[in-house]
Amino acid sequence: MKGLWGHPTCINNVETWANVPAIMLYGADWFSRIGTSNSKGTKVFALAGKVKNTGLVEVPMGTSLREIIYDIGGGLIDGKQLKAVQTGGPSGGCIPFDKIDIPVDYDNLRSIGSMMGSGGMIVLDESDCIVSTTKFFLEFTKDESCGKCLPCREGTYRMLEILERITSGHGEMEDLDKLERLGNAIVKSSLCGLGMSAPNPVLSALKYFREEFEIHIKEKRCPTQRCTQLVTFTIIPEKCTGCTLCARRCPVSCIRGFNKKPHEIMQEYCIKCGECYNVCKFDAIEKI
Amino acid sequence: MKYINATIDGMPVSVLEGTTIMEAADKIGAHVPRLCYHPFLSTEGACRICVVEVEGMRNYLPACATAITEGMNIKTNSPQIRQTRRDLVELLLDNHPKSCLTCDRDGNCELQNLAYKLGVRERLFEGDRKRHPIEDSSVSLIRDAEKCILCRRCVRVCSEIQGVHNLSQLYRGFDTVVAPAFEAPMDDSVCIKCGQCINVCPTAAFIEQDATELVWAALDNPDLHVVVQTAPAIRAAIGEGWNLPPGTPSTGKMITALRRLGFDGVFDTDFAADLTIMEESHEFIERVKKGEKLPLITSCSPGWIKFLEHFYPEFIPNASSCKSPMQMESTLLKTYYAEKMGIDPEKIFVVAVMPCVAKKYEARRPEHYLKENVPHTDAVLTTRELIWMIKAYGIDFLNLPDGEFDNPLGFSTGAGVIFGSTGGVMEAALRTAYEMITGEPVKELEFTDVRAVEGLREATIKVGDLDVNVAVANGLNNAKTILEKVKSGEKQFHLIEIMACPGGCVAGGGQPLVYAGDYVYPLYPELIRKRQGALYTIDERKEIRKSHDNPYIKEIYKEFLGKPGSEKAHHLLHTHYEAKLPRGIK
Repeated sequence: MKGLWGHPTCINNVETWANVPAIMLYGADWFSRIGTSNSKGTKVFALAGKVKNTGLVEVPMGTSLREIIYDIGGGLIDGKQLKAVQTGGPSGGCIPFDKIDIPVDYDNLRSIGSMMGSGGMIVLDESDCIVSTTKFFLEFTKDESCGKCLPCREGTYRMLEILERITSGHGEMEDLDKLERLGNAIVKSSLCGLGMSAPNPVLSALKYFREEFEIHIKEKRCPTQRCTQLVTFTIIPEKCTGCTLCARRCPVSCIRGFNKKPHEIMQEYCIKCGECYNVCKFDAIEKI
Repeated sequence: MKYINATIDGMPVSVLEGTTIMEAADKIGAHVPRLCYHPFLSTEGACRICVVEVEGMRNYLPACATAITEGMNIKTNSPQIRQTRRDLVELLLDNHPKSCLTCDRDGNCELQNLAYKLGVRERLFEGDRKRHPIEDSSVSLIRDAEKCILCRRCVRVCSEIQGVHNLSQLYRGFDTVVAPAFEAPMDDSVCIKCGQCINVCPTAAFIEQDATELVWAALDNPDLHVVVQTAPAIRAAIGEGWNLPPGTPSTGKMITALRRLGFDGVFDTDFAADLTIMEESHEFIERVKKGEKLPLITSCSPGWIKFLEHFYPEFIPNASSCKSPMQMESTLLKTYYAEKMGIDPEKIFVVAVMPCVAKKYEARRPEHYLKENVPHTDAVLTTRELIWMIKAYGIDFLNLPDGEFDNPLGFSTGAGVIFGSTGGVMEAALRTAYEMITGEPVKELEFTDVRAVEGLREATIKVGDLDVNVAVANGLNNAKTILEKVKSGEKQFHLIEIMACPGGCVAGGGQPLVYAGDYVYPLYPELIRKRQGALYTIDERKEIRKSHDNPYIKEIYKEFLGKPGSEKAHHLLHTHYEAKLPRGIK
């Protein structure tokens, strides 16, 4: 292995480099006073998601997630309930709401199935679907796979396929075991850090939110109604006035009915875009 | 060098610093399964099938790419590791066409073999599969990206052994594909058609263009006089098709099998090899006398010739203008033989059995046509294709009686036979040139200085008062080394033999594939040495071992060609080359 132009080469993240001048100015002892015993100094997080104040925040290592989310982030938007926090970017893991009091440092995050990673911190509230969130992250890592090593190249693709099956109502209970089996094989045998961490969101979500996966599979239902393919839109005949607005707005013309008579959605053609639900003035459309 | 102590599966090992886990495990008989690994190519570490458990490490480590460190405690087996390996192979199968039963490599596929050995008995993760069209623009070989498992052995052999750098991986992730730059068709790339990608491919992602249909049809056509010629290297390897050990000479059985297939004449490319020596020695002596266009570089290997045209066009004047033995033989079959037998050359169908896929390309070069639509060589079969044809015809090869080649174009000397090995053309040329220059018989026929399996050999041979500096290179990266030496003026050579394939024709891209599994690899010097051995044994047993002593060569010059270098010989037996520069560069 050789560095740039055959010389020893140091490659580090910008954040690491940014710490160097401070350490050189004030000394290592000063730096070590900040943080926990195994994680020194401060950490910059990119706080995002359903918190009031988003942006870059710098906190001493060891600060709890609760402090970051509620004190710095100002709590959740619209006062909603916290569901989970995804730390470490798309390769990190999701931390359930009941674990937000642990002090954030390298070891603690790893012990609960997540990681420091890129310093990303995405706050999810009760209206976020954990299955589609993990699917979103896996889509990213699948795209980022360079294609050199087999586990990451083929494995992330298969995991994503399984998640797509689950979110579209074609999942089976064995799929959960497959996800875990594949995920562990990818983590254990990939060539670089991307593959070694790519299954993390899925594996941690399965650990803390298995029930939500099971509802998607067994009941073909998404509790947060985020997985549009699992949502059914129906017209409540008692409430429908037959104003025809939904029928006119439906992009695939799958709503039928006469003027001033209750309308009906032809489910086999519905693309679940939700337009009818949004435009109905009489709350006559039900989303299940 | 320092010794390192470690434990593998509970057994203590002591190995030299730098030894990989795989090498150490192999030594104690713990064969870690592997796929992308190839001992003569750089370490890729891409397939991860060879993962092992190392105490204290969070993840598994690839045995092929991890050097042992002091005190390492390694486990090559555990239920979890076996499970992971199975899962990985299953992932490969999930993205692979299910066409094993109709695949060229059925029964000799490393992926198939591995899946069986590791016990992949179910398919849990099946889903979408990559889709790519079969790329068959090249006359020599087919690239089937759907069968590619991205081990990149072909990429490595193409750059590290052949120095062609034609193949690389394009796109990324699941879309990754191995192809020439910009996914150009193989025919429009710098591919030299050596076929080493076929030899190292664990599956059938690279395979030769099939010519058997053409040959079956010709054999079935009563209007055609179908003749066949076989290259020297075929007889050293054809037996492997029936599990004979590599290097079992099978000339007689091969001839009989060809006759049973229905060929009207069975000739020997070795005859033309003798003729090549006559022409090339003449050319060499002329150039030495005039002191121009030296070193003379051999031109028998069509892969090398295409490499020359692409990458070293400045050396084109140095290349011998002699056609390759295959083309000489074919030309004579359609001129001399046709005349002698009173057959219309257009009614003669010449099949050449070659250890080579570049020969399929050479046969279609425009220089090698008698007239429009009438090539000198009508079809080129690889050794593999011939083996299959013999099997398909139901010929019991192993119990065939020995046959003899037809004459006059089937008689060869020992010098013609050794053409199939690296250093063989050089040795054959030296036997004749020596006598032509000094007028004295060679005392020691075996020029062992030029015999080798290594890719590069230099020697100085005393020919009378002349010190002849010669070099033998096989594998085109080695050819590069020699040519760069010549270019820089570091070394003055008189004669250079270059063969595209490592080991020469005996290890060509059309030779029988090494049996997949059991950790034997193509390019193994041991295998090459055995096949070479067969040729040197045949040479040793020949009564006539110098090309110019071949009575039929004497006869053809007397009756037909005149003398070496004559106008007629020049017209029929010599060719020319053209620089193949990137488009837009003149």
